[in-house]
Amino acid sequence: MSEKKTKRRDFLFTATTAVGAVGAAAVVWPMIDQMNPDASVKALASTEVDVSSLTPGNTLTVLWRGKPVFIRRRTQEEIEEARSVKMEDLIHPEKDEDRAKNPEWLVMLGVCTHLGCVPLNDKGDYNGWFCPCHGSHYDTSGRIRKGPAPWNMEVPKYEFVDANTIKIG
Amino acid sequence: MSDHDYRPKSKVGQWFNDRLPLLTLANHLTDYPTPKNLNYWWTFGGILTFCLITQIVTGLTLAMHYIAHADMAFESVEHIMRDVNYGWLIRYIHANGASMFFLAVYIHIFRSLFYGSYKSPREIIWILGIIIYLLMMAAAFMGYVLPWGQMSFWGATVITNLFSAIPLVGEGIVTWLWGGYSVDNPTLTRFFTLHYLIPFLILGLVVLHIWALHVPGNNNPVGIDIKKPSKDTVPFHPYIVIKDGFALLMFMIVFAFFVFYAPNILGHADNYIEANPMVTPAHIVPEWYLLPFYAILRSVPDKLLGVVAMLSAILILAVLPWLDTSKIRSAVFRPLYKQFYWILVADVLILGYVGAMPAEGLYLLIARVATAYYFLHFLVILPVLGFKEKTLPVPLSITEPVLGGSPNFAAARNKESKIE
Repeated sequence: MSEKKTKRRDFLFTATTAVGAVGAAAVVWPMIDQMNPDASVKALASTEVDVSSLTPGNTLTVLWRGKPVFIRRRTQEEIEEARSVKMEDLIHPEKDEDRAKNPEWLVMLGVCTHLGCVPLNDKGDYNGWFCPCHGSHYDTSGRIRKGPAPWNMEVPKYEFVDANTIKIG
Repeated sequence: MSDHDYRPKSKVGQWFNDRLPLLTLANHLTDYPTPKNLNYWWTFGGILTFCLITQIVTGLTLAMHYIAHADMAFESVEHIMRDVNYGWLIRYIHANGASMFFLAVYIHIFRSLFYGSYKSPREIIWILGIIIYLLMMAAAFMGYVLPWGQMSFWGATVITNLFSAIPLVGEGIVTWLWGGYSVDNPTLTRFFTLHYLIPFLILGLVVLHIWALHVPGNNNPVGIDIKKPSKDTVPFHPYIVIKDGFALLMFMIVFAFFVFYAPNILGHADNYIEANPMVTPAHIVPEWYLLPFYAILRSVPDKLLGVVAMLSAILILAVLPWLDTSKIRSAVFRPLYKQFYWILVADVLILGYVGAMPAEGLYLLIARVATAYYFLHFLVILPVLGFKEKTLPVPLSITEPVLGGSPNFAAARNKESKIE
């Protein structure tokens, strides 16, 4: 076989394989992407909550996107405790002022950032939340202080529609 | 006994076998020369096959009544328990069958560790076995999610969240696994699909596992290479079939004890409470067979490193044939390895125990020491031992020490040569 013929065969091999690979990828992607959140799941992206009944020192838990959201109306002591913490003492430094724009209201996902359990209210060494699964302690701002969780509990996008209604998402 | 010589007796058999040599295969399996000194620890391969078939048959029948939907799954399981004819029996066999499957697979794995069955030339058999074991864990985990109780839901949440430890893409992967922003109906339906699929993948791998086994043949308690067929072997049927059958009967007694007298003892009461995404049960623990790995996960204070340690603890087994540098297979002839083997068994049992306990105080300390030892065993002790250990003399054949009738192998060797 001459050298020229071999080269032509090589080109065909490479071109066929390349086109085949692109075709296979084009077929595989829909198979993978179908597992991502579908349109009906995404459509449930926001929820409105009436918080008029909530008194200071209490927490309301609502479901948003299948996850619990803690709405805590904090007492004056809790706010002071959260705001007096030094940044150096935090595992994931975040100012309470940034987490709770309106200091009385703390809104965050009630999901432990370790492995996703729901922490318990008014528990733990920092008067905030305690996760029973693997022992993470959160303070009155929902910030991780002790335990295996790497981050503070997440503050979702939310806004006050009016004085008594919070829209999450 | 040679496969090539086999010819079916009947004309029809010959006609069929010339076109599809299934009868040759059946003959190969029946006459297969097996070491004659196999002890009862070797019967767990057959027991495991029984477990797999039991899970597939009971699973199929349960699937005829189960509804994979977040609103109906819990109720449909109660429906199976209360309304479906013998539903309670089928479900209890399936649920306890998972535990029995793992009990048998752990004995099977530790038998291999003791007698060095993973060593050359059986590395591929061993690796196929580890893949089967991984698939078993995936199937068991997803099956546990299906009743949609509190432990199902929170177990699914915690285990899928392990993937969130992966830097950058972790959160995206978890959302993809869930098909939403939390464990919910899309998660349940895909888990059901995969739970249905995996046993058949395992079945395929079991065929490869046995195929790979039939190339070199069984290892044996003495751990030496034997000629097959020879006076060191017996045909698989009837000798091994009867032995396996007897062991299976004993195993089924244990199985039946759990099914009929303690069907919920290996489960968690919390799983009879319907899944509630707002409340996590106070004490989340996986099923007993995953506890040692759970203990390793919790013993590392860092999220990502904890997940890495847990996965490594399983995957390290896949490279075991190359970590163990000793040429001698059976622990019978390795006095030091034999001791380290039993320390490893104790270590894994301790890990299992602390995995069920809260991760704090003394339990956490014990878990950390046991985790460190687990890796020490595979990464340091085994490689070094192969060079340092003074092994005992190995007999030349299985028959030799038996005919010699004395532990003195040199004498036995002389005696046998006289007989020959």
